[in-house]
Amino acid sequence: MKKNSNIDEMIQQLFAGNRRAASRLITRVENETEDHHEIMKKIYPHTGQAMIVGLTGSGGAGKSTLTDHLIQKFREQGKTVGVIVVDPSSPFSGGALLGDRIRLQRHFLDDGVYIRSLASRGYLGGLSRATYNVIRILEAMGMDIIIVETLGAGQDEIDIIHVANTCILVATPGMGDDIQAMKAGIMEIADIIALNKADLEGANRSLRQLQTALSVASLEEGQWAPRVIPTVSMGSRPEDLKGIDELTSAVLEHQEYLDTSRSIDQVKFERVEEELGLVFKDELQRLIFKGLRGTGKKRKYINSIIEGKNDPYSVVDEILNTYLIRKKKK
Amino acid sequence: MIKGKKKKIKALVTKVGLDGHDRGAKVVASMLKEAGMEVIYLGMFQMPENIVKAALDEDVDVIGLSYLSGEHLIFTPLIVEEMKKNGLDNVLLVAGGTFPAEDIPTMEEMGIDKVFRAGSLSESFVEYIRDNVKE
Repeated sequence: MKKNSNIDEMIQQLFAGNRRAASRLITRVENETEDHHEIMKKIYPHTGQAMIVGLTGSGGAGKSTLTDHLIQKFREQGKTVGVIVVDPSSPFSGGALLGDRIRLQRHFLDDGVYIRSLASRGYLGGLSRATYNVIRILEAMGMDIIIVETLGAGQDEIDIIHVANTCILVATPGMGDDIQAMKAGIMEIADIIALNKADLEGANRSLRQLQTALSVASLEEGQWAPRVIPTVSMGSRPEDLKGIDELTSAVLEHQEYLDTSRSIDQVKFERVEEELGLVFKDELQRLIFKGLRGTGKKRKYINSIIEGKNDPYSVVDEILNTYLIRKKKK
Repeated sequence: MIKGKKKKIKALVTKVGLDGHDRGAKVVASMLKEAGMEVIYLGMFQMPENIVKAALDEDVDVIGLSYLSGEHLIFTPLIVEEMKKNGLDNVLLVAGGTFPAEDIPTMEEMGIDKVFRAGSLSESFVEYIRDNVKE
């Protein structure tokens, strides 16, 4: 009983913007504690209002340094900013080195900024499973803007489109020819491409290639045309930086486009659709494995598949039929 | 212990003040990662307020301070005080690095839970953290 009232109190504190409450609730949700469904149920009605900006791109392209500049710009506009940075977990030890925060340190003491690092914990797609819920928690905390930075992504880690209203792909010069730029996957999800390190040799060529690739994509009338913005996110002097204002304006313009074209409804629909699918999948798998626990059946199924006597599809059919039919009888 | 999936230990590893020798801190961060912990690496030139604010946002279980340049007796009490101010009494505080052995009792009196000097085996601090993480 006491535990429950504790959680309720924490959630009330979260609604009041308390960062300690936020940080503890995030841990519970990330660790999928027994009560994490209850927590999310109570938080959910207080979410959905934030502007969510996603940054993705290869490791070392400059996602974190660009995030740092975007935080600064949004803070200058008086907006509160929640930041989620995802880095990979080790497939061997399960540990992780979360090193994105180091680039964001000028915002540490700003009470209008909350930064949380998440390890991917084996989740594919460039995010961690908890990311969806952590965004909701930061929304409930009252953040105006939430920036989500994926782990270093390659060609197909594109789950960021399910959570972000605006997707920024951070590219760098010399990442391949125009054919690379034409490929499906990550190149297609960008609303804005930041061609970072635009002071490097070959930047103009890369810029042209990206622009050409974007120009041949077929757009419906009134649809947002993705654009490339050359940026330099690091420099020893402030005047070395480039494209930060343009990038910020592009994000705001895209947001306005979503609002005026009502595309935002579609974005919200897809976000919830994805969330619903994930919760279903997790819960179904949890229930089934819980049902098999201690029966030794899981091991038997796996061995029978290895021995060639069975296959995963038949096993799933068999289990689902047994469980769903049993549920119906009750 | 929170029920649910096995709780991951979250650690924060950082250098303090003007000390720019980060090799040891990087080695320790890697070792903790290899021991299955999630490590927030804060790097160099961090002030007590930064460290504690990061620990608060990230809800870490343990803070690891790396000292080399002789500021350990100056910064330790500042960090402990900042932790108290922010209610981080459930966070383990450990320190390591190069400093006179005779300073260790003072550092522990100041509020460091456990001090490891340069040359400590990784097993010793990994095990210590696993056994002593609070909550």
